[in-house]
Amino acid sequence: MRKSPKDIVDSARIISRRGIMLGVIQAAVIGTLGLRLRSMQIEHADEFRLLSDGNSIKIRLLPPVRGLIHDRNGIVIAGNEQNYRATITRELAGDVDRVIAKLRHLVPMSDDEAAEILENIAKRSAITPVSIGDHLSWTEFSSIAVNAPALPGVQPESVLSRVYPRNGDFSHVLGYVGRVSDYDLSKMENPDPVLMLPEFQFGKVGAENKLEGILRGKAGTRKVEVNAAGREMRELSRQEGQQGATLQMTLDAGLQNYAVQRLGEESAAAVVIDVTNGDIMAIASNPVFDPNLFVRGISGPDYRALMEHDHRPLADKTVQGVYPPGSTFKMVTLLAGLESGIINEGTRYYCNGALEVAGRKFHCWSRGGHGSVSAVESLMKSCDVYYYEVARAVGIDRIAEMARRLGIGIEHDLPMSAVATGIAPDRAWKQERYDQPWVVGDSLNASIGQGFVLASPLQLAVMTARVATGREVKPRLVRAIDGVPEPTPEFADLGLSDRNLRAARRGMDAVMNATGGTAARSRIVTEEWRMAGKTGTSQVRNITAAERARGVTRNDQLPWNRRDHALFVCYAPYDNPKYAVSVIVEHGGGGSAVAAPVARDILLYALSGGVPPLSAYPDSQRSQIEEMHRNMRLITPVAGNSSGRTRA
Amino acid sequence: MSYLDYKVADTPRGIRKILSLNWPLVFLLAAVASAGFLMLYSVAGGNIDTWARPQMERFAIGMVLMIGLGFVPIWFWRGISVGAYIVCVLLLVAVDVIGHVGMGAQRWLDLGPIKLQPSELMKISLVLLLAAYYDWLDLSKVSRPLWVLIPVILILIPTALVLQQPDLGTSLLLLMGGAIVMFAAGVSLWYFAAVIGAGVGLVWTVLESRGQSWQLLHDYQFRRIDTFLDPSQDPLGAGYNITQAQIALGSGGWSGRGFMQGTQSRLNFLPEKQTDFIFTTLAEEFGFIGAGSLLALYALIIGFCLYSALTNRDRFASLLTIGIAGTFFLFFSINMGMVMGLLPVVGVPLPLVSYGGTAMMILLMAFGMVQSAHVHRPR
Repeated sequence: MRKSPKDIVDSARIISRRGIMLGVIQAAVIGTLGLRLRSMQIEHADEFRLLSDGNSIKIRLLPPVRGLIHDRNGIVIAGNEQNYRATITRELAGDVDRVIAKLRHLVPMSDDEAAEILENIAKRSAITPVSIGDHLSWTEFSSIAVNAPALPGVQPESVLSRVYPRNGDFSHVLGYVGRVSDYDLSKMENPDPVLMLPEFQFGKVGAENKLEGILRGKAGTRKVEVNAAGREMRELSRQEGQQGATLQMTLDAGLQNYAVQRLGEESAAAVVIDVTNGDIMAIASNPVFDPNLFVRGISGPDYRALMEHDHRPLADKTVQGVYPPGSTFKMVTLLAGLESGIINEGTRYYCNGALEVAGRKFHCWSRGGHGSVSAVESLMKSCDVYYYEVARAVGIDRIAEMARRLGIGIEHDLPMSAVATGIAPDRAWKQERYDQPWVVGDSLNASIGQGFVLASPLQLAVMTARVATGREVKPRLVRAIDGVPEPTPEFADLGLSDRNLRAARRGMDAVMNATGGTAARSRIVTEEWRMAGKTGTSQVRNITAAERARGVTRNDQLPWNRRDHALFVCYAPYDNPKYAVSVIVEHGGGGSAVAAPVARDILLYALSGGVPPLSAYPDSQRSQIEEMHRNMRLITPVAGNSSGRTRA
Repeated sequence: MSYLDYKVADTPRGIRKILSLNWPLVFLLAAVASAGFLMLYSVAGGNIDTWARPQMERFAIGMVLMIGLGFVPIWFWRGISVGAYIVCVLLLVAVDVIGHVGMGAQRWLDLGPIKLQPSELMKISLVLLLAAYYDWLDLSKVSRPLWVLIPVILILIPTALVLQQPDLGTSLLLLMGGAIVMFAAGVSLWYFAAVIGAGVGLVWTVLESRGQSWQLLHDYQFRRIDTFLDPSQDPLGAGYNITQAQIALGSGGWSGRGFMQGTQSRLNFLPEKQTDFIFTTLAEEFGFIGAGSLLALYALIIGFCLYSALTNRDRFASLLTIGIAGTFFLFFSINMGMVMGLLPVVGVPLPLVSYGGTAMMILLMAFGMVQSAHVHRPR
């Protein structure tokens, strides 16, 4: 379409006019942008520069909530409680001395404590928060919070802290958590950064330490914007951590409490195993200590008292402590003899009170002798001479091999600290250890659980469980992790002949239930809970000639720490074993008098699922037992009770 | 005057076309893009391979493309304008459909080796079509309602399609880019006044209805509007970015912190540091001198385009140049206004500086048409 010249001129005119208008509008917009730029970058540059310099993003770690530990019935035995505390950061505090002086008006602290805090502050880097008060009362905590503006660098905070609601009951098996020390860190390769947080708690000993990986959980992170003064302006993002897994232990809080109470003030240990699945139902080492003291930072005097106590409360006697098992070892020797085929059930030996071997006299505990003794009678009467004869006949290596088969002298894999291996001595062992040849006297000593033989109460309980079942029972402590049950173990057959096992069990039954059995006094009269056991008394040292000269002939005339250890192992019900128990009372005297009643009571608690009914005891003992139970301060277990202080 | 009215023989041929290119414009574009390379190198923390190198490669290709397109006779562009528009609309529909099937916002068409963003192409073809429309339309009919309605519909179709994606920034750009061409073509100012008045009135009514019995929007929709207009109400979302952007920009001062010395962008305060917020890094590192210079470069590009348009007696060429320059102007002024806190945050990149392949290519192709208009102007 052709256009007229007028159109062309008009068109050019319109476009020129509108183009210029557009140009003007655009210029105005560009001018506005320029002015805004000028206003921000020149007039207000200082403000923005200040904001910019003060701006920085910090990543803060969110400590994970430590996993709870439950007993087998869901009772919390290690939980978490609110802990109000305050920290100080040197860089932000400026004059640290002045801030601490001000703080002392709010939170009472001794000069020593103040000095210690100042020292800690000086030691750590300027930006690390240092604790200036843990487990503060709500009043102290809130007064710090209110006075925060006058206390630069002081940060009041509420965190979760470990608490053991059952106090000392589980002190050895669970152990305790504590602050991460520089020494702890130095031992770790590539430590989790969350461990650097002030007051972060990690497992120091026991299951808390061994199962740290499961219990700790994963740290979360918080991205925060902080201003030049270090104060958090706001949270930019938050990634929640992951709570540690809830552990369900095989332990039974009620039974454990009863065992601890029953052992009382003695220096003693007790282990209860479910022989069907290896579950450790109770594992007590007395005296106990309160692990909560360690969580809160134990005071010097308290710690010294624990360290200097002659009953060694800090030692875990159940797995760390190894003792000569004494006569409780006789099942091992007997089974070694029977399995070798050298003796059989009917083999009799004559005991006249001593056996002379290689020019040395080995005494039976009964000076007068037991006369002719069968295999079953040898256990029932605990005749030493019978075992000297067996040892002489089968040799130490067979005995040691049987000991290891039954769980003595081998390591049991439990999440507890310093689990001892014990010693099942043989020729090679002595050669290596002492560079001396084995002599027959060593075998005789070993046959009755003296000499070189050493076993922990745990191993004795395992041994009993294996004798009771004929299976390779392996102890375990963890029942479920985060509600996922651990697989129920299938134990391999030990490969011992039923006949021989029955002989050993009949002997143990006779110990309790035959007239003249060494522990007949501690029998259970309820037939369905019929109990089999074995006493043991292990010498710590012989009565010396000098002592004899002074008229000391009996063990209880010796000073406490030289008296014999009392031991007892048992299981029940006899015809369908469920629980095996081992008890040792250090320097307690005789196994039948001291250890057997304790083991019986604990076993009965396990069998009856509560404080044992009096009907299970022989008539003559009921009133005494009733009195004892009345005086015990037991915690009545309530399933699912999570204690008011703990948080799920 | 239309290209049919002047002698085609007057236009330069062969090698002479190179000489008659709008060379100042070429150098200005190169200068702006170079500033972009520097900033992309800086925000990558001194790594040229992250963003700067790919951007330079695309720019080189784009420049060749631009000059190549500049040699194409201007009437060719008028000839393809209707077809280009229809193709672009179809592509937009395709994107909407695919995006719908994919259950989410989709702006890209994946064509094997290249990803095509049809809304970017649409910006150019819309300007092309409107320029052709007004070149064809009798001058006397320009302001008649029916003849105003046609371009309005032509604008609203792609705008609605892009809004579907949803891409508010681009749809506003389309609307305003189209309006600029209509404005330049001489559509009566009353229409513009009426539209602006109606828009203001509508917004005012909607806002006024809040809390009344006849409230026109849901509460949550009002809250969305609030955060759109005042991002500081959403401190963890958009407000955070814009505050940090302003701190970065303002802290640059006169001469800036120096190349590669910007702390705000270093600390990753800005999630879009290489795209929409790149201007803040430039302002922080080169200060008012740097940021002002870039603004001046942009102003010069607009100026040269306008001058070229106003001295061109070919109506189609003038309108095309004005439209493309106007779109370019909208890009940078909205982006800068946004990072300086004058406008709400809408996702509009800084042209030639922000990282992004399609946008830069299409922009340079558009400037190729501006060159074509310049080279083939009636003598």
